[in-house]
Amino acid sequence: MGKILPNYVSTTNACKLCKPLGASLAFRGVEGAVPFLHGSQGCATYMRRYIISHFNEPIDIASSSLGEKNAVYGGGANLKLGLKNVTEKYHPALIGIATTCLTETIGDDVKRLLFEYRREFMQDGGPLLVQVSTPSYSGTHMEGFHAAVRALVEQLTVESEANSTVNILPGFLSAADLRSLKEIVVDCGLTATVLPDFSETLDGPALRDYPLIPKGGTKISDIRAMSGAKATVEFGHTLPDQLSAGSHLEKTYNVDLHRLGMPVGIRETDRFFEMLSGLSGNPMPEKYAMARGRLVDSLVDGHKYIFGKRAIVYGEEDLVIGLTSFLAEIGVQPVLCASGGTSGGFVKAIEKAVEGFGLEIPRIHEGMDFFEIGELAAELKPDFFLGHSKGYTLARGLGIPLIRVGFPIHDRMGGQRLLHIGYHGAQQLFDLIANTMIAVKQDTSEVGYSYM
Amino acid sequence: MEAALQERQDSIHRTGEAPFAMECNKDSLAGAVSQRACVFCGSRVVLYPIADALHLVHGPIGCAVYTWDIRGALSSGPELHRLSFSTDMQETDVIFGGEKKLYNALVELIDRHAPKAAFVYSTCIVGIIGDDMAAVCRRVSEEKGIPVLPVQSEGFKGNKRAGYAAACNAMRQLVGMGDISGISKYSINILGDFNLAGEIWLIREYFTRMGVEVVANITGDGRVGDIQRAHGAALNVVQCSGSTMDLAKMMKEDYGIPSLRVSYFGIEDMAESLYAVAAFFKDEEMMRRTQELVKEELSLIMPEIMKYRQALAGKRAAIYVGGAFKAFSLVKAFRTIGMQVVMVGSQTGTPEDYEELAAITDPGTIIVDDSNPLELSAFLQEKDVDIFVGGVKERPIAYKLGVAFCDHNHERKEMLAGFSGMLNFAREVYGSVMSPVWKFVPRKSGEEMSHENHERTRNL
Repeated sequence: MGKILPNYVSTTNACKLCKPLGASLAFRGVEGAVPFLHGSQGCATYMRRYIISHFNEPIDIASSSLGEKNAVYGGGANLKLGLKNVTEKYHPALIGIATTCLTETIGDDVKRLLFEYRREFMQDGGPLLVQVSTPSYSGTHMEGFHAAVRALVEQLTVESEANSTVNILPGFLSAADLRSLKEIVVDCGLTATVLPDFSETLDGPALRDYPLIPKGGTKISDIRAMSGAKATVEFGHTLPDQLSAGSHLEKTYNVDLHRLGMPVGIRETDRFFEMLSGLSGNPMPEKYAMARGRLVDSLVDGHKYIFGKRAIVYGEEDLVIGLTSFLAEIGVQPVLCASGGTSGGFVKAIEKAVEGFGLEIPRIHEGMDFFEIGELAAELKPDFFLGHSKGYTLARGLGIPLIRVGFPIHDRMGGQRLLHIGYHGAQQLFDLIANTMIAVKQDTSEVGYSYM
Repeated sequence: MEAALQERQDSIHRTGEAPFAMECNKDSLAGAVSQRACVFCGSRVVLYPIADALHLVHGPIGCAVYTWDIRGALSSGPELHRLSFSTDMQETDVIFGGEKKLYNALVELIDRHAPKAAFVYSTCIVGIIGDDMAAVCRRVSEEKGIPVLPVQSEGFKGNKRAGYAAACNAMRQLVGMGDISGISKYSINILGDFNLAGEIWLIREYFTRMGVEVVANITGDGRVGDIQRAHGAALNVVQCSGSTMDLAKMMKEDYGIPSLRVSYFGIEDMAESLYAVAAFFKDEEMMRRTQELVKEELSLIMPEIMKYRQALAGKRAAIYVGGAFKAFSLVKAFRTIGMQVVMVGSQTGTPEDYEELAAITDPGTIIVDDSNPLELSAFLQEKDVDIFVGGVKERPIAYKLGVAFCDHNHERKEMLAGFSGMLNFAREVYGSVMSPVWKFVPRKSGEEMSHENHERTRNL
């Protein structure tokens, strides 16, 4: 069973971020949208800094910049002034307004304030205003992300004619993942609305002018028409119903909902392609059949280098579930699967992901921080960590490699270009993991051999 | 300018084009996408480098997690400051109060890490729900026998400057607790250097060579014990605009310790700072040693700097930093390498700071307080800037537009203070401005000419 962790009161080096950050990312994935935080100025600035350090891209998050008086008398006036100023300078098609712990605690009724704002300032039109409640004292950035996606659908989607599109709600993927996802769907002969899609808004080209609102993002007209789609595919085993935009579309507009895991590794990607085949009526395109074949071929070529290696995997619950599933497929023993999230569905999903591979059930912990991961790490004797940049200190302390995936990647280039999903993503992950293990063996070898 | 909102016009000045006037040091305008953070940020950056103290953020997780290991503030010993401690308040704590959780978290962490003191940072909602942080801190302090200091840093209670003041208030309670016997009459405290990339070690070495004893680093590579003895120093040497000036004023009030304002950036200001300290002690031998030190250091760096100067001459720089005082030095440092500053701004400058900037900059230079991406990008384009100096949030603005960049904020990993820091600065600027990558960005590869070409054609 191993070491039992005490129930610590304090948190040290959290393995989660706060809700409004997730909401800001989701809003950034809508065409013409500006994320707006109703709270004190620091929230928006801290989150911008955090996001910039990963994407190396501008992200303008507006703030109602509440001061002391507003905290006492309510933040309504600042919220309205902020919306007015953003509208004047950014000419957004949509402003995504997320609350913060401050405005939730002082009890600002954002819905009512927006009603007033529309009446007072939007007689002649103006941007769409979508609002979401994201107090940081309950849930993580992932709950904020999902809540914002759900709010977009709840507040924008309207009854529309049945059409042949497919809604894809991918959750929090990298920019490269989103590009790959869109390519897969097109290659399968389908038209999809992917929400959100920040593949361009957070990973754009060098420009001559500063992009106040960068090109790209999910089209608002497409979000409006999600009600008429022939199905919704939603990634995430741990996504609760009340935060699921797919559930909302199903309940309100009878759009069939297919909940899949994040398509990381072979089996989850197979399921995704089966789903797409079912929806399109076409077999898997040759391009992907070949990619799958090459992937399996490479797993054979490299299996000995990683068999039985022990991994600690951490990060957002659904990403960890996908990664763990892939590790099981390639013969790596996950020894600890950890997340700061507390969805309640993590343990079961991990157990299912490793089932049938002759592996030990790893330690599985929700609501974990890096202090706790560190407490277990020493006795679990891992060969590598798999997760975002924040595990670096622990990996360094143990003298083992950190294989960087997910968000944030703050200490390497190209976090937005990491590919996790599909056969191509699995191929990149496999090469990365195998090569990391080969490098460890080579670097620690006394002979310093120059072939594998 | 058109990029700026009407309410922002009075926070933008152009040197020589109007009588000096500047709206500054007020709350950020809603919806303007300020580059500023909050009161909490101000407190956190000042106290953060105290390496043997526990820094516990009382609030929901965000405030702690976004400031985890955020500064490049090095320690020569303990590294407790690099951990991110939080009470991670949940909904029930907000409803029923977070005092119990704070108490338990403090006790748990103090038992685990045995820190020399603890700072407890208040965040927005703690100010709203009214937790009596001071009472909890007092109780834990009595039980654990170490100073446990509340920092009143609720994010909405002003801007970053208010956070500096809150941090200084907390440190004021430490000063005076230690034994000051045996401290030299030639002694100082270094205030407002945060030991980014090890800078304070370099500065301390200069002072040692001059024959000056440094009692406390406030706060770079800082130690609680040193700060407790800080009242034993003869002089407070204060760098940085506002961050620790309040503490110097408090120490003047409480202990009559005078202070000097200095800057360690750039050759001129670095040398001047050392001379000012030597002059304060009125010791001829010390002044002679200082002159020798400056001469020696300059001889080590000038040949290489002249090489960069040749390549960089005539190029244009823009500056946007947290504190205006650093901007003064940067204007001069750019002159040293032959470059012209065409825009300069800060998050937290005072009217006096900006007036000084107006006085030392060339006609037409844009001076701005509490700016935002919209304005900054417009300034960079208008002035056809070759390099922008700022922090993480300014970097993508420059890069997206194809403008070179120099990190000069608290996350940097390069030592830019001191004489050798000036050389690093020149190398940084040179390394970015002269990179071949700019040949491919739309700004340079497109149909429009760069300003160098403009000038060349103009001179024909």
